[in-house]
Amino acid sequence: MSIEVSGLNKKFGDFVALDDVNVSIPTGRLTALLGPSGGGKSTLLRIIAGLEKADTGSVTIEGVEATHLPAQKRNVGFVFQHYAVFKHMTVAKNVAFGLEIRKKSKAEVAARVDELLALVHLSQFAHRLPSQLSGGQRQRMALARALAVEPSVLLLDEPFGALDAKVRKELREWLRRLHDEVHVTTIFVTHDQEEALEVADEIVVINEGRVEQVGTPDQLYDDPANDFVMSFLGEVTHLAGTAVRPHDIDVATSPLFAGAVEGTVARMVRVGFEVRLVVLTVAGEEVSVVLTRTHARSLGIEEGATVWLTVTAGATVVPSMRPSLAG
Amino acid sequence: MADTLVHDVAAPPPVEASRRPPRVRRTPTTYVLRLVATAYLFFLVAWPVSLVATNTFEDGLGSIRALLEDPDIVVALQLSVYVAFFSVVINTLFGVGMSLLLVRYEFPGKRLLNALLDLPLSVSPIVVGLALVLAYGGRNGWLGPTLAGWGLDIIFSTPGIIMATTFVALPLMIREIVPVLEEVGIEQEQAAQSLGASGLQCFRRITLPSIKWGIVYGVVLTLARSLGEFGAVKVVSGNVLGQTRTATLVVEEKYLNFDQQAAYATAFLLAMVSVACIVIVAIIRPKNHG
Amino acid sequence: MTSIEISRVRPARTPRRSGPRSTLTRSSGIGLGIAMIWFSALVLIPLACVVVTAIDGGWEAFWSAITNGQTIAAIKLTVFTALGVTAVNVVMGPLIAWVLVRDRFWGKSVLEVLIDIPFALPTIVAGLVLLSLYGNADSPLGVDIANSRPAVFLAFLFVTLPFVVRMVQPVLEELDQDVEEAAASLGASRFTTFRRVVLPSLAPAIAAGAALSFARGVSEYGSLVLLSGNLPFQTEVTSVRILSSIENDNVAAAAAVATVLLMISLAVIVLLDVIQRRVAARG
Repeated sequence: MSIEVSGLNKKFGDFVALDDVNVSIPTGRLTALLGPSGGGKSTLLRIIAGLEKADTGSVTIEGVEATHLPAQKRNVGFVFQHYAVFKHMTVAKNVAFGLEIRKKSKAEVAARVDELLALVHLSQFAHRLPSQLSGGQRQRMALARALAVEPSVLLLDEPFGALDAKVRKELREWLRRLHDEVHVTTIFVTHDQEEALEVADEIVVINEGRVEQVGTPDQLYDDPANDFVMSFLGEVTHLAGTAVRPHDIDVATSPLFAGAVEGTVARMVRVGFEVRLVVLTVAGEEVSVVLTRTHARSLGIEEGATVWLTVTAGATVVPSMRPSLAG
Repeated sequence: MADTLVHDVAAPPPVEASRRPPRVRRTPTTYVLRLVATAYLFFLVAWPVSLVATNTFEDGLGSIRALLEDPDIVVALQLSVYVAFFSVVINTLFGVGMSLLLVRYEFPGKRLLNALLDLPLSVSPIVVGLALVLAYGGRNGWLGPTLAGWGLDIIFSTPGIIMATTFVALPLMIREIVPVLEEVGIEQEQAAQSLGASGLQCFRRITLPSIKWGIVYGVVLTLARSLGEFGAVKVVSGNVLGQTRTATLVVEEKYLNFDQQAAYATAFLLAMVSVACIVIVAIIRPKNHG
Repeated sequence: MTSIEISRVRPARTPRRSGPRSTLTRSSGIGLGIAMIWFSALVLIPLACVVVTAIDGGWEAFWSAITNGQTIAAIKLTVFTALGVTAVNVVMGPLIAWVLVRDRFWGKSVLEVLIDIPFALPTIVAGLVLLSLYGNADSPLGVDIANSRPAVFLAFLFVTLPFVVRMVQPVLEELDQDVEEAAASLGASRFTTFRRVVLPSLAPAIAAGAALSFARGVSEYGSLVLLSGNLPFQTEVTSVRILSSIENDNVAAAAAVATVLLMISLAVIVLLDVIQRRVAARG
């Protein structure tokens, strides 16, 4: 294990940011810290980087006890949400910074900077100032700067959070391929489940300062530990005391199966190829259901129709944490 | 892997989005306001200040030449420059350090200190002078006799003039640097730290370049204020001809002794420097804030 | 959808808050110590000496020093003139700031420089400058107000010019014109928009500028030396009164009057701090 975090606690005033966090981050993998804003994931990342001090607990990086090591001795690369570019230095100077601090020879620095700028596709911008770059380009520069010092781990704090949707999606794919090339142990913080599912090898779900679940994207999606993880990774609705995904509900126009819940279609919205229903059950529950356009047409569903709902066989279900209305 | 990025690379570099210029809606009111503001500034500032130049050069360059031939005035000008130099150096060191402490650290009493640092801006220069005399006066001051025992005379001597000048100009540097430091934020410093930079390297290579222009403005304003200090210096200097008389004191002395030409000429020199300071700031400031 | 689910499941949390404790490191602590020693030696100890000297002779000596007829007249003149000048600045300051921010015309940058001149010009030179236009037998305007109370008013007006303008200007620049247009689209007249939308946003800056301008007026000395004649009971301001006490070796009386000025300065600083906190709290 590359990074070992144990018994971490952190408070800001009376606000508990981290509550007894224990995580192991595997070497050479791309791990996402996923959770809602203010849930403590950035704090955890900053503690690993040494930019924040934990109240109690320990951090080990590649077998080295790092809890009391200052940031400049940890050999981690850190990429900030708002890039933290050195505004007064050219792109090349930014990337060279860490190498110059380490007193590398001029030739060595120049060669390494060239190599990295090529890696992040910024070679022709080497002598520009960061203010002349777009957001996406600045973030790639920041990444090159962090990679230049050959860090043992690369930490990215909401790296694409300040970018617009299109660039964000592009950079996300690019990061995945970059990681496949460079293989440095990487942790990135995100509150976007799609980003985590698409890019990460492993996801750590953090909420209210606690680790809710650790696993691969598939494990998390298919086998969520609880209602929170399930709802954070996708849409969730509640049917007869269980949490279930809206597309995992079967709709029938007659009571075919035992245990089917009867209800009326209260609303029906067509979005592209899918149809979204809100079904009001006889118990008074509002259930969201998603089905394809063709399926809905074949059933002849319309607003006001009576339908019977069952959870699809083999679907992911979790006991609902909400008190059931049917009680 | 380059496919999705090609267009990004080939695109011309987008310039950082600048704030929209204000939309001007011209109505009769606009012109009235413009006229009122311009007239007010013309009568209050522009015309009177320009008269100093006209009065100085009434008889050609003679008055300036006469000024520079008067050894007492030359000594006074030298003293003013000397004092202003020390005031700028001291206030720059103090201002940069204090600004860093105020912006980057939390400590008990910070709010009180922050408020007290503004005090010199609103204290009467005569009170400043009096305060320094009471504390450091050679005979009756609180600390003065002790320091005099060590052979250090402050009041009626150059150190006193430097202290008085430093006192009145003290907040200027801090007020220039604090907002810049706040705006720059700490992320660049943290990035440098995570790349292995020590505290000193971080300050020299990241912090200092980012507050460079704040320091330049601070220096220019401190210089203008220091060269022009009058009241506080008058109290602490003793106004000894050729020894502790600064340029501003010369203006008063010459005018009261009916040597108006010399008074206007010295005033013109001082005004030139302060106007030059303002123009320099006005010219370099927009570049940095663009 | 996701976020709605979350807020249903978990209650909203309080924002991150940092405690009032010290974050000083050892080296920054030493730095603070050195800075405080210098600041105390230069500013705090001398000012404390003023207050100590003022109250040294007892309350009655202090009271008789500041209720001396000539002193009272000087304090009254200073405070009332400073108030009057501040009132003018409260009107003219935002007006000039408005013209500088919202209007564009040839020569505007010259006005920008003119605003700062009173701040940088040596006060003794400022006095001389005003004298040459408004207090001279051969004044081009034919006006001679030297050695009269209007001269005091004029001098204060000159030295306090930048304060309100420079406080209001950045706020006006930051002010979103969309908000004004929104008000206009809701049917507000230009005057109503100004009064209901613009003015409330500018009020803290105007108040802060007014406080600074009042403090500067009350403490003014240099520009009056040549201009006002310093006639007792007529044009003698508080600073001049203190100086004449010093020159007459009546340090206790000087310190007493100086303490009154110091209190005014402190009051202004407290006011500024309160205004700043208000603005910060408003976000």
